[in-house]
Amino acid sequence: MIPISEITKLAVRSLLRNKSRSALTMLGIIIGVSAVILLVSIGQGLQNYITQQFESLGSDLIVVLPGKVGSGGSISGPNLAGSKLTLTDVDRLSRLGGAVESVGAGIEMSSTVSYLGKSKYTTTAGLTAEYQKMRNLTTSEGRMMTDSDNRAGRNVVDIGPGLVDALFGGANPIGKEVTMGGQKFQVVGILSKIGSGGFGVDVNSFVVLPLTTAQKLFGMKSVQAIGVKAKDKDSIPEATVLVKKELGKRLKGDDFSVVDSSSLVATINQILGVVTLALGGIAAISLVVGGVGIMNIMLVSVTERTREIGLRKAVGAKPQDILVQFLIESVVLSVAGGGTGVLIGYLGSLVINQYIATTVTFWSVALAFGVSAAIGIIFGVAPAARASKLNPIEALKYE
Amino acid sequence: MSPLISLSKVTKIYKLGDDVEVSALGGIDLEVKEGEFVAIIGPSGSGKSTLMHIIGILDQPSSGMVKLEGSDVGKLSEQKLAELRNKHIGFVFQAFNLLPKTSALENVELPLIYSDISGSERKRRAEKALRVVGLGDRLNHTPAQLSGGQQQRVAIARALVTKPSLILADEPTGNLDSHAGDEIINLLKDLNKKGNTIVLVTHEREIAMEAKRIVEIKDGLIIADNKTR
Repeated sequence: MIPISEITKLAVRSLLRNKSRSALTMLGIIIGVSAVILLVSIGQGLQNYITQQFESLGSDLIVVLPGKVGSGGSISGPNLAGSKLTLTDVDRLSRLGGAVESVGAGIEMSSTVSYLGKSKYTTTAGLTAEYQKMRNLTTSEGRMMTDSDNRAGRNVVDIGPGLVDALFGGANPIGKEVTMGGQKFQVVGILSKIGSGGFGVDVNSFVVLPLTTAQKLFGMKSVQAIGVKAKDKDSIPEATVLVKKELGKRLKGDDFSVVDSSSLVATINQILGVVTLALGGIAAISLVVGGVGIMNIMLVSVTERTREIGLRKAVGAKPQDILVQFLIESVVLSVAGGGTGVLIGYLGSLVINQYIATTVTFWSVALAFGVSAAIGIIFGVAPAARASKLNPIEALKYE
Repeated sequence: MSPLISLSKVTKIYKLGDDVEVSALGGIDLEVKEGEFVAIIGPSGSGKSTLMHIIGILDQPSSGMVKLEGSDVGKLSEQKLAELRNKHIGFVFQAFNLLPKTSALENVELPLIYSDISGSERKRRAEKALRVVGLGDRLNHTPAQLSGGQQQRVAIARALVTKPSLILADEPTGNLDSHAGDEIINLLKDLNKKGNTIVLVTHEREIAMEAKRIVEIKDGLIIADNKTR
């Protein structure tokens, strides 16, 4: 057999002789590979984003949510609207001591904030001072909500930097009064800017007000979440038991759920992992379709080039020379398609990253590229074998 | 001196179905010596194409013996036969069979690729062969940019480039007008004068008359074998 390098040159030359056909054949693989990389990067990005969000809460945090929140196998969200958790519960928990260091609570609703005719519909969070700390919220100017604001139910708010721009045109809002639900609230601080990247939630346009003020504003008696900070990471199990026991005195088991942040992250990651795999799997189907496209074109090419194959054999090409040439042709198509697909998938995920967090993982690139190369070999064998078996006499006669 | 190629009692039977057999060659004895210019002539269906395929070791006989430079080629593997064709036989076909969208130079290089000769040496030899056939100024033309006669010259250069023992031309003028056909025949005569052995297969007596020896074949048998002059 002649050297592989020579056969590769022959293969590349024949592919270049049919540029548009080669490009169209590659397109199938390009779409498949870039789809795998893109979809997996979106799934992975989502997973990273959520993990990050939870990690910023701290690993020594326990969250009490209303209703039955699934963990492990079942998936169900907290029953926010029918919450039976109240401020009384918060007070009782904060008196526990021991493994429980501090307790905070919050509600999160949406409302329209307006100032001098300008208004914006945004997320409005009523938080206790403790819960503010647990969520790592700080102000860049002015002050945060205090316990005294909360006890007195004062009409004071902190607003995000996005709202400062939207309502005040960037001017200093401290001391000014904004309107929500027909009531006036004095702005006492500007929230620090939080890193960009979210899923449609403009985190920089939050309004934060004392929990009790928010309850009045929205006509609520309950709270939507209670955050319990344990002494340290190791006392989480102990704190969990204490919290469950204390709440169990007043509420039924179905009325509340106690989750610690790490097990919540684990559950969510498990779900998102499956979603990512499913996305990758669906995209992989298009990769296989691309492979069938290569086989189809290679079979057509063998038929079309019957005469050429006959001639090559007549002038001294051995069957394996022909076999390897056609095999290399399909591998070059799939590998070039795979490489282009990786590039497009990567660039695509960079573009999408402007809107949704995406993370290109090494395994998805390696897998998509490896699979496309393997597809070139697997789907190239049959056409190449057919070509190598052609009888030179029949091939030369072929019109 | 042993003949370049010798056939003894060669038959070829094609099986068309389970019971239907067609005898293409019914026992051929033929010798071609070095330096000869032989025309094989016969009507279509006479078996001359089959004979050409066997002389060109593209095909194996059903019975009988074929010797190339004294050695039996009957029991050789497909690989070995490909090697022998590459080294000893230069083919010229009626339909030229050049690779499309490929320069004359690359077309002529083709047999050398399969004999494992380095790129620069291939190029040098291919250029030389194209000059021999009078196409030294058309090296980078593709078949589509060449006339029929020129294309057949490229094919002849491709047959020459390996310095084969035998040039086998199957109806080389069949797709050409008479003027271009004459030029090709003259080129073959020239090559023969320079010492190349040529076997020409044709159905036209006028063309066969240009060879030094005419072998007439009919119904799979040689019916005449004469020198022309």
